Amino acid sequence: MSGNHRSGLHHPGFEHDACGVGALVQLDGRSRHALVRQALTALANLDHRGATGADALTGDGAGITTQMPDRLLRAVCSAQLRCELPAPGGYAAGLVFLPRDPGLRLRCEELCIRICAEEGHRALGWRDVPVRPELIGRVASRSAPVIRQLVVERRTGDEAAFERKLYVIRRRVERAAMQAGVPEAEFTIVSLSARRLVYKGLLKATQLGEFYGDLRDPRYETALALVHSRFSTNTLGTWDLAHPFNFLAHNGEINTVRGNANWLAAREPQLRSELFGDDLQKLFPIAEPRWSDSAKLDAMVELLVLGGRSLAHALAMLIPPAWTDPTLDLDDDVRAFFEYHASLVEPWDGPAAVFATDGSRVVATLDRNGLRPARFVRTRDGLVVLASEIGVLEIEPAEIVEAGRLRPGQMLVLEPGRDRILADAEIKLELARRRPYRHWLRVNRLRLAELPAVAAAVEDAQAIARLQNAFGYTAEELRLVIGALARDGAEPVGSMGDDAAPAVLSNRTRMLPAYFRQQFAQVTNPPIDPQREALVMSLRTAVGAIGNLLEERPQDCRRIVFESPILSDEQLRRLRAPQSDGLVAATLSTLYRPRAGPDGLERTVDDLLRAASAAVWDGAQIVVLSDRGVDREHAAIPPLLAVAAVHSHLVREGARAMCGLVVESGEPRETMHLALLIGYGAAAVNPYLALASVRGLVRDGELGTLEADEAERRYLAALDRGLLKVCSKMGISTIQSYRGANLFEAIGLGPRLIERYFPGTISRLGGIELDELHRISERRHRSAFAPGGAELDAGGEYRQRHGGERHAWDAEAVSRLQRAVRDESHATFEEFAQAVDAAGRSLTLRGGLELRQGSAIPLDQVESSAEIVKRFATGAMSLGSISKEAHETLAVAMNRLGGRSNTGEGGEDPARSTRDASGDLRRSAIKQVASARFGVTADYLVDADQLQIKISQGAKPGEGGQLPGDKVDSAIAALRHATPGVGLISPPPHHDIYSIEDLAQLIHDLKSVNPAAGISVKLVSEAGVGTVAAGVAKAKAEHIVIAGHDGGTGAAPLSSLKQTGLPWEMGLAETHQVLVMNGLRGRVRLQVDGGLRTGRDVVIAAMLGAEEFAFSTAPLVAAGCVMMRVCHLNTCPVGIATQDPELRRRFTGTPEHVVRYFLFVAEQVRELMASVGVATMDELVGRCDLLRAAGRRGGLDLGALIAPALGPDGSARRHCERQDHGLEKAVDHRLIAAAEPALSGRERVVTRCRVANTDRSVGAMLGGAIARRAGALAEGGVTVLAEGIGGQSFGAFIPSGLSLHLTGWCNDYAGKGLSGGTLVVRPPDDAGLPAERSVVVGNTVLYGATGGRAFLRGQAGERFCVRNSGAAAVVEGVGDHGCEYMTGGVVAVLGETGRNFAAGMSGGIAFVLDDDGSFHSRCNLAMVDVEPITEHEDVALLASLLEQHVELTASSIAASLLSERAALAERFRIVIPHDLRRVGVRPPAAVLERVA
Amino acid sequence: MTDPRAFLQIRRRVAPYRPADQRLGDHRDVGTTVDPALAREQARRCMDCGVPFCQNGCPLHNVIPDWNDLVERGHWQRALEALHATNNFPEFTGKLCPAPCEEACVLALDEQPVTIKQVEMAIIERGFVEGWVNPQVAAGSTGRRVAVIGSGPAGLTAAQQLTRRGHQVTVFERDRLPGGLLRYGIPDFKLEKALIDRRLEQMVAEGTRFETGVDIGRDLDPARLRADHDAIVLATGAQRHRELDLPGRGLLGVEPALRYLTGRNRDVSGEMPGGAISAYGRRVIILGGGDTSADCLGNALREGASSVHEIAHGATPPRTRQPLRTWPQWPALLRSYAVHEEGGERRWELEPIAFEGSDGHVTGVRVVPMAFTGRGGAPRPAGDPVTLPADLVLLAVGFDGVERDPLYQALGVRSTTRGTIPAEAGPAVFGAGDCVGGADLIVTAIADGRAVAERVDRHLSALGAANAA
Repeated sequence: MSGNHRSGLHHPGFEHDACGVGALVQLDGRSRHALVRQALTALANLDHRGATGADALTGDGAGITTQMPDRLLRAVCSAQLRCELPAPGGYAAGLVFLPRDPGLRLRCEELCIRICAEEGHRALGWRDVPVRPELIGRVASRSAPVIRQLVVERRTGDEAAFERKLYVIRRRVERAAMQAGVPEAEFTIVSLSARRLVYKGLLKATQLGEFYGDLRDPRYETALALVHSRFSTNTLGTWDLAHPFNFLAHNGEINTVRGNANWLAAREPQLRSELFGDDLQKLFPIAEPRWSDSAKLDAMVELLVLGGRSLAHALAMLIPPAWTDPTLDLDDDVRAFFEYHASLVEPWDGPAAVFATDGSRVVATLDRNGLRPARFVRTRDGLVVLASEIGVLEIEPAEIVEAGRLRPGQMLVLEPGRDRILADAEIKLELARRRPYRHWLRVNRLRLAELPAVAAAVEDAQAIARLQNAFGYTAEELRLVIGALARDGAEPVGSMGDDAAPAVLSNRTRMLPAYFRQQFAQVTNPPIDPQREALVMSLRTAVGAIGNLLEERPQDCRRIVFESPILSDEQLRRLRAPQSDGLVAATLSTLYRPRAGPDGLERTVDDLLRAASAAVWDGAQIVVLSDRGVDREHAAIPPLLAVAAVHSHLVREGARAMCGLVVESGEPRETMHLALLIGYGAAAVNPYLALASVRGLVRDGELGTLEADEAERRYLAALDRGLLKVCSKMGISTIQSYRGANLFEAIGLGPRLIERYFPGTISRLGGIELDELHRISERRHRSAFAPGGAELDAGGEYRQRHGGERHAWDAEAVSRLQRAVRDESHATFEEFAQAVDAAGRSLTLRGGLELRQGSAIPLDQVESSAEIVKRFATGAMSLGSISKEAHETLAVAMNRLGGRSNTGEGGEDPARSTRDASGDLRRSAIKQVASARFGVTADYLVDADQLQIKISQGAKPGEGGQLPGDKVDSAIAALRHATPGVGLISPPPHHDIYSIEDLAQLIHDLKSVNPAAGISVKLVSEAGVGTVAAGVAKAKAEHIVIAGHDGGTGAAPLSSLKQTGLPWEMGLAETHQVLVMNGLRGRVRLQVDGGLRTGRDVVIAAMLGAEEFAFSTAPLVAAGCVMMRVCHLNTCPVGIATQDPELRRRFTGTPEHVVRYFLFVAEQVRELMASVGVATMDELVGRCDLLRAAGRRGGLDLGALIAPALGPDGSARRHCERQDHGLEKAVDHRLIAAAEPALSGRERVVTRCRVANTDRSVGAMLGGAIARRAGALAEGGVTVLAEGIGGQSFGAFIPSGLSLHLTGWCNDYAGKGLSGGTLVVRPPDDAGLPAERSVVVGNTVLYGATGGRAFLRGQAGERFCVRNSGAAAVVEGVGDHGCEYMTGGVVAVLGETGRNFAAGMSGGIAFVLDDDGSFHSRCNLAMVDVEPITEHEDVALLASLLEQHVELTASSIAASLLSERAALAERFRIVIPHDLRRVGVRPPAAVLERVA
Repeated sequence: MTDPRAFLQIRRRVAPYRPADQRLGDHRDVGTTVDPALAREQARRCMDCGVPFCQNGCPLHNVIPDWNDLVERGHWQRALEALHATNNFPEFTGKLCPAPCEEACVLALDEQPVTIKQVEMAIIERGFVEGWVNPQVAAGSTGRRVAVIGSGPAGLTAAQQLTRRGHQVTVFERDRLPGGLLRYGIPDFKLEKALIDRRLEQMVAEGTRFETGVDIGRDLDPARLRADHDAIVLATGAQRHRELDLPGRGLLGVEPALRYLTGRNRDVSGEMPGGAISAYGRRVIILGGGDTSADCLGNALREGASSVHEIAHGATPPRTRQPLRTWPQWPALLRSYAVHEEGGERRWELEPIAFEGSDGHVTGVRVVPMAFTGRGGAPRPAGDPVTLPADLVLLAVGFDGVERDPLYQALGVRSTTRGTIPAEAGPAVFGAGDCVGGADLIVTAIADGRAVAERVDRHLSALGAANAA
């Protein structure tokens, strides 16, 4: 998107994309035109992975890269340019997007020609590329460039030098055009190479071949092709953003790109290259800041490849596997290769499948998490088709001789002429043996643990209390945070959200870190589970100078290495002690004299920057910023300010890569503080005062019998864990990629402060500047050194204290609201609302907005309360987190009002859908689909008015959840298909949403099962949520929830409650603005959620763009909640957030209380509407012109919040259009028709069909129809025999009585949410390879299955049976993370298993074939035991599964296993969860009954 | 809070009173010392609520959850620090406070609240026993001089706070000994006077000066006082009792309660043996249903009255709470004190209409039975008047603001319509306690004493440093 659209809260940098990608390679090297046609067919078959915007004919982008089509170019150049091309390699060609303005275009063309000449080569001319503009959509046409082809003749040097010069030419042209003010979107050199050629545009996948005549020309020949279909989160896409780029096309996201780009810029001054010589300077900056993540990665790859590395080498060093994981089976040399390169560059991590070509070969790689699919087949005649899906090209099964997939962290090389696929191990070994990396490391690398120890100074315990005060410690923090970290070794947990004042509005002196919020991944990039998938993560840290990327020198790995960036005092002493062969460390003091005033602070920071430069230029490779020595005269510069200032200053000076920054500070004490210091550039941090405080707590007996050393160790371990969690929330695997990545948004920091010291940080509402920061520090420092300064402030941040931090829900607010609804007193409610709104002025952003009083209208002209309450919903609270009584009270109340209640993530008892005697309905109209898929069955889905996909939750976005075992009673266990007493884990990501096109797929699945339900997607407010929402709207959601950070929760780590996510005001306003801007607003209804309490809240939310309003805490308070914040302890004394029967009896809430509350709110809404002269809610939506910012609080400027939403003329301002889900194209319509006799007459039906990868969610709609109409269909009621390639979500949510048999291969998400049906997949008998060697189903198969059976003849991808809670499955091999988070069911694996099997598995059992006895090393033993099978029943169960497998799939493996039945117990291992053993139930009887 | 489920397992238990027959025979504290083990057990019931309603319910905002936690874990000395951080005299509130904190306790919603007051008492007693309650002498002197007039809880608190800030504070008291109502209003069986004396020792050691037997305006010229001090704190109480202007009010034997109580205290302490009014052998009727009437009841029983009746005109208070209707506010409930176990009779819904007498001496109180069945529970007569015989009638129907004091006139302090004085009473003159807010709890007086000390300190700081002596 072009920069001129920056308005309101949107920022172009927020945009994301994700996609479908494919590569076709003729391994025998034959160059032919048919390959182009096949590639275009494959691309068309990936169309569903792309998207269209507001205009259905405009795609988000599609493109193709091929080898140079010499025959075609030679002919057309001869005809059109009247020139004969030199031999191949002697010329280059490339598409150029040129401005439509003729004058401007001419200038651009001349620029190209001039710079070619200046660089010693000759432009042969411009060729008009034949295109058919009439085919493309309105939006695409509007921005369509003039497309011409530039042909350049090589005049000097060899081919490699020519390629380098072409790169230089391109960069120079780009820079020159930019300096001349030509918008990049209008002028782009798509590619310029002698080896490869790219065609792309703002097109749909199906349009590419039609649009470009060249691609249809039979003279266009190639032996390889790369294709890409784009799905972007915005609709105002531009032509240049389409893939492929110069080298690569990619599916996914480069999560780490912020840090990568920062470090790339930082190390440019140190780059040297013999190959480029002085030309190197002309390339800078290597990556323009405004480029997309893919474009930046492409630039990095280009630099490395043209700088002399092979394409495979470049990709391997940029996207390494999880080489620090000791269980990863890597050759020592290969490991050394990765360790060496880690000292040159931090990982550019995905989730990404990256396909790249240099014209000679295609290299494909998957990041360490392996979250993007990449399937390949090889045919008898040497064609390899590698793509996001299998089946993109129709191939006779008999022709297929290999069918596999790319695995996490692995790489493939497809090289025309090499006749075989080069596999990962072979490629990496070749790379690793290029240089003696292992030797280099041995000689140069220093391990911190091996450096000599240094004695400690004596600690002054007396001074600690005063220092704690000087650094703003509170008694509460000491007890609740530091104490808990040290005692439990884990982050403390809290509940009920964050209703305290944000730092900028606080009446207390808050620390600088409190002004920052962590960013987190939602939709476009999945978070990681740092606990269950720890193997991909690493905190390994190294300090020292960073080597030259473009050379390979032994000394570049001369760095000190340690395992965590958080240093104990002892470790810091070792690090900086002068050593003969060590690195030189310089310590700079960061103290200042508060008496010198604000200028003094500024001057001291300036001095610090000068000192840092001097130290680095003098040769220090480690710079320690230290605030030791705080006393009456000296305060510390906030360490975050110091490190950010020094980091950005050294980047500007070009010296950043020459040193590592280490912080020695008294301030950092919790995870967020450390994450910030590292995120702004620190390599390591020594939190000396926090460590001293831990020792102090031990001395005071606060930590029981814990010894100081152990307490310190636990404290550091807890912080390590916390850091992993912070990284994982962003989907980032290594601290190396997080460092300097600046993944924060500030609230309340002013523009000068940000620009000067925190460049690149988002701070959209302004705020305090350096002078105020000084005043805050000075005030704190003064009070610390005043008499009595040894007493710590009480705090009140987490648990309210009088005189401490203010909270919206204080005792008065709680009790007033409760009295109002019990006494039916409107007056008391008014008191409540007035007090809450008044307090809001210093607690919330909306408190700073005022309604513009204008032309009031009489109250009776305003829409009735009865209508308004229909827009109200209660938030998602699961039965489990709250009691049955509380849950049903809310449901009954909302049903009486005509509003909607929400199941939350926990299923729902079908009995609640029947009215009770009094006519009340306990059914929740909104059924939530969250990451654990608890109780998400076909029956559940069809019984919903709205299906809500919870992407994230305000209290803990980017994190999973956990329902402790003591809250899982038998009723809850039954609903969730779990075992009573066994704890339940919700994974951080939805394992079927790794990217935006996956979300589109889930929406399609749900819509197929229940076409009548609206599909809602719940997002959490953060910078860029508007852009994500645009993507969600394009993914066909009909409803979007924007939740604020302050949402309540049953349990979340305190740091997440407080430091992640933004107020909803920002997210809602941004979302409304971006949707209007993109012409998408009409397609979705917006709901806001988070801390709504009064009518004023509702009115302001409506004016900022919301049509619906969700409330959670307030109705709970009405029903009796007293904000105990013990929801996570199961001890709620008012019977709400508990499952304890004794406590549940104490619940006194009634539906009347809740109804009354909502009617009070609605009445207040009406009054406010009358006062601003708006009669209906519809008219109120988006009327931010009726708001004004009332004064500046803390320097906040709310102008951006109420900036008008600007969109194309006539674009909708509220929901008024329908989404086109394309359901009419579904195969299922025919299947339903065929199944009619079974649905109505209970006859058995067998029907046949052919399917292709483009047929998605096959069976889902039929399954929905069965669930809706037939209830429980008898086993074998409907059998579908399908042939071909199963598209994504094949057999999703199919219920009992439905059997789906596929002869062929199948894509990702097969059997998702299997609800009792039977799924069988087997390759055709005539396939050219043995079934067990082929990958028959993709990734994440049987995710969230609740029952039924699956028999898969062949191997499955990663995450097989993730979150299975009841299905029985047989498969002949699985990838990594098999049976992850499983809570029920039984799985038999008759072949190889990947790593991390059974991570987080708390229920069900698995049988795994283990002929070589190595299975336990690939199994995650944290929650399960791996044992020989001893029980006779278990053997019988296994045998029964195998028999069925043989019967349904004719599996030869199963048959052979059964032939030696006696050996089964020997050859298999059984995986049994500890929890299951503890509660003594195994395996769930119901499952076994069905299976046996 | 080490065990979040403790409140489910532990029942509320309070330390017992001494046996009624035993305690009727003396004037010593009716209570027994709180066993520290009991306090620790009971502190465990605290749930460390996210919103500490108890703290909100306490006028002093005592950090109750924090010291409950410390007591539970046996950190007595730190608990004492936390307690003293908000409350100068926890032993007074621990003995005497009706504990609105306990009414606000979340456990009060469904069962019995945490025994907050008892824990408080255990902490401070432990502190005195261990010798942790020591003078906190200010680091230096500011040279500023403050006069505090009145030595009730508000005055003592203000004096202690200001002394600890380094100001030279003199407390003026017109009675013979400092303490105000603590000493002369509250009976010994509720607060033994030794508890006041040990505090006064601490205050004297900290540097507070006491001038007793000095009635400003009579014994000392207010102008002189003004000239000698940089600030004056008026903490003179609200001792003007509410009148019952009924026929026969002038009869002998119809007495304000406070007069009776003061006399009893002077008798018990030996300051003035015999006292002004005696209930011995008399039929006593106490009009009123609050703390003061209960104090009269206890004294009358101890004196050997032949009968004692406590007569209230209000509706019979309910015995149980209505959950969430009033909570966390103070509910109108039937409240029984130790004395109610000792004897006497309580009656409600009787409206006095006249005092009857013969020979100028009271013989009975004529009352009309009332019923609270009118609109919104309004009272209306529900029977014929009857006469209850009495030889002594004590009026404990409340207080009505400050006494008309020449002091105020001399200092130019005007009273408010409520019969009290403004908090900002004049230039460098500050009001604190009941004389500002009307008769209230001791805990409120301490809170106000702390608040006024803050204001005075700010005022003095604004004057700048004096030339310190």
